Amino acid sequence: MSVDRENAVQPILQVRDLKMHFPVREGLLLRASKFNKAVDGVSFSIAPGETLGLVGESGCGKSTLGRCITRLYQPTEGQILFQGQDITRLPARTLKPIRRDIQMIFQDPMESLNSRHTVGEILEEPLVVQSMGDGASRRKRVVDLLDLVGLPARSVTRYPFEFSGGQRQRIGIARAIALNPKLIVCDEPVSALDVSIQSQILNLLIDLQQELKLSYLFIAHDLAVVKHISDRIAIMYLGKIVETGPGESVYLNPQHPYTKSLISAIPVPDPHHKTQRIVLHGDVPSPINPPSGCSFHTRCPQATERCSQQMPVLEHHASCHEHVTAACHHI
Amino acid sequence: MTDPILQIKNLITEFDTDEGRVRAVDDVTFSVNAGETLGIVGESGCGKSVTAQSIMRLLPQPMGQIVGGQILFQGQDLVSLTLDQMHKIRGAKIGMVFQEPMTALNPVHTIGRQLAEVMLLHKKITKQEALRLSVEMLDKVGIPSPDIRMAEYPHQLSGGMRQRVVIAMALACQPQLLIADEPTTALDVTIQAQILELIAELQRDMGMAVILITHDLGVIAETSRDVVVMYAGKVAEKGTVTDVFDKPSHPYTRGLLASIPRLDTPPKAKLAIIPGMVPGLLDLPKGCRFENRCAFRTDECVQVQPPMESISASHELACLRWRELPAVDSRSGVTA
Repeated sequence: MSVDRENAVQPILQVRDLKMHFPVREGLLLRASKFNKAVDGVSFSIAPGETLGLVGESGCGKSTLGRCITRLYQPTEGQILFQGQDITRLPARTLKPIRRDIQMIFQDPMESLNSRHTVGEILEEPLVVQSMGDGASRRKRVVDLLDLVGLPARSVTRYPFEFSGGQRQRIGIARAIALNPKLIVCDEPVSALDVSIQSQILNLLIDLQQELKLSYLFIAHDLAVVKHISDRIAIMYLGKIVETGPGESVYLNPQHPYTKSLISAIPVPDPHHKTQRIVLHGDVPSPINPPSGCSFHTRCPQATERCSQQMPVLEHHASCHEHVTAACHHI
Repeated sequence: MTDPILQIKNLITEFDTDEGRVRAVDDVTFSVNAGETLGIVGESGCGKSVTAQSIMRLLPQPMGQIVGGQILFQGQDLVSLTLDQMHKIRGAKIGMVFQEPMTALNPVHTIGRQLAEVMLLHKKITKQEALRLSVEMLDKVGIPSPDIRMAEYPHQLSGGMRQRVVIAMALACQPQLLIADEPTTALDVTIQAQILELIAELQRDMGMAVILITHDLGVIAETSRDVVVMYAGKVAEKGTVTDVFDKPSHPYTRGLLASIPRLDTPPKAKLAIIPGMVPGLLDLPKGCRFENRCAFRTDECVQVQPPMESISASHELACLRWRELPAVDSRSGVTA
């Protein structure tokens, strides 16, 4: 298969300076006097077939970012380009065919599957919504999908509650791949699962990616899981990306002080492993009133005067691995 | 050598459900030494939390019942105590920290009132003293400006701060044993690191024993001296952390250790998996509980429940075939 050279390098997704500010309504007239800056100027791109892992702690804006990309939220500012096309403000009608290409897997499969529908109905619905095929071909597709995710064909007539957590997540995955998407936003897909089930689902996601040539935006708080599945990692803190790079180099040689402390905080299942733990003090500041300058300076062990005044730019530093970028004055 | 402060012998706990009686904890035996940390690890439904509730005699009533075994705390059998006697132990000699700090705190009372209440209940002190000690305790668990926090309500604190308050409450009366049931599961890793360090620090200061219940093998490896691996209501393997992590001998422990992605596994490599899932408590297998997921199963495993056997003085497991299993590499589970 010969691929056009230009197409080969065009990213499947480009996000440019994306902002999602939720109004905080207060007072008698419910005026939006303040804004929750959940995502505050994020840029990145994902190549076809690539997995970008997005890591951060609760409230850092990683899920909001995922929901902006699938256009479940209307971003406040910035651009989302899917295969070069700006989809940031497309109206519902023009967006509909594009929705086939961008799908989502959610954290809690019990909440994201309609409990009153059978698995067959759940998996057929996206095909019906997008008017694909006739009844018979759709039903065949449903059985094929179940097979792809490792569930028996007889699951068709069953309801979500009859399945275990891991199996329900398989149903969620089957629904996400039903329309042959190109990009899947996976929002904490294994966080709710037990360890022994988690590895089954991770293996399935990796297999499906190779088989169906999928790109993933993989959102999770567990750095070990993210590093395992991702080609590149982006670390988010308080609405901004503070570091990006290939998984290995971000983990082995973290540059940003936040990444360093995050990696040092992960408990390692090896009693002989001795970590030099960098324990951060205090809590994450509120995104409604983020700190001036570098948003991490209030908890950063290396913070200086400059950090509280000047916001660092996410850029490549001469001392880092070639594909690594970090937003810090002290690298 | 230290003496065990808590000995659990052949504990059996059952629940009445709509579908019948289920045995959530089946013949569990282990002990905790004074001043040391024991980790209990297992997946959802393995009985680790029910074990903790049994020790505290906090099983959901009237469904949950201890039907057999002994729980010896400082030599005294907690199973035979009356509720009044148990009240004097709970909170005073054994403290408990739960997973979700919001549900463990009363939302309509101030932090100060809740803390002081614990002390007034168990100590012969005045209210003023209790309040003073409460401020001290909040300070000890690392809450900034504790005197101001005393007047605040739980919803005004972040998750990590709330968990600190719960720990302060559990430790208010300087218990000899702290039971922490998934104390950091609801928290972010950087906050988890703070809380685990806090528990370890307070343990050194106060010399208490800790039972740490978690599903996270990493947390166990970093905090515990001994570990009990539970599966479907039974102990699969137990020993010191070095025994179990270096020489995992039960196929379930091996599978668990091999299935977690580590920061040093190559990206997108196939992870080892444990096929299938945990059997329901209503239809447990007749023989070994792990039989339907085990790669080493024989006909005997299907028929016979494996007894606990000793590998070494500190390392025990329940598997009929452990002697025949291939040697393992501690870092990647089973070797090819």
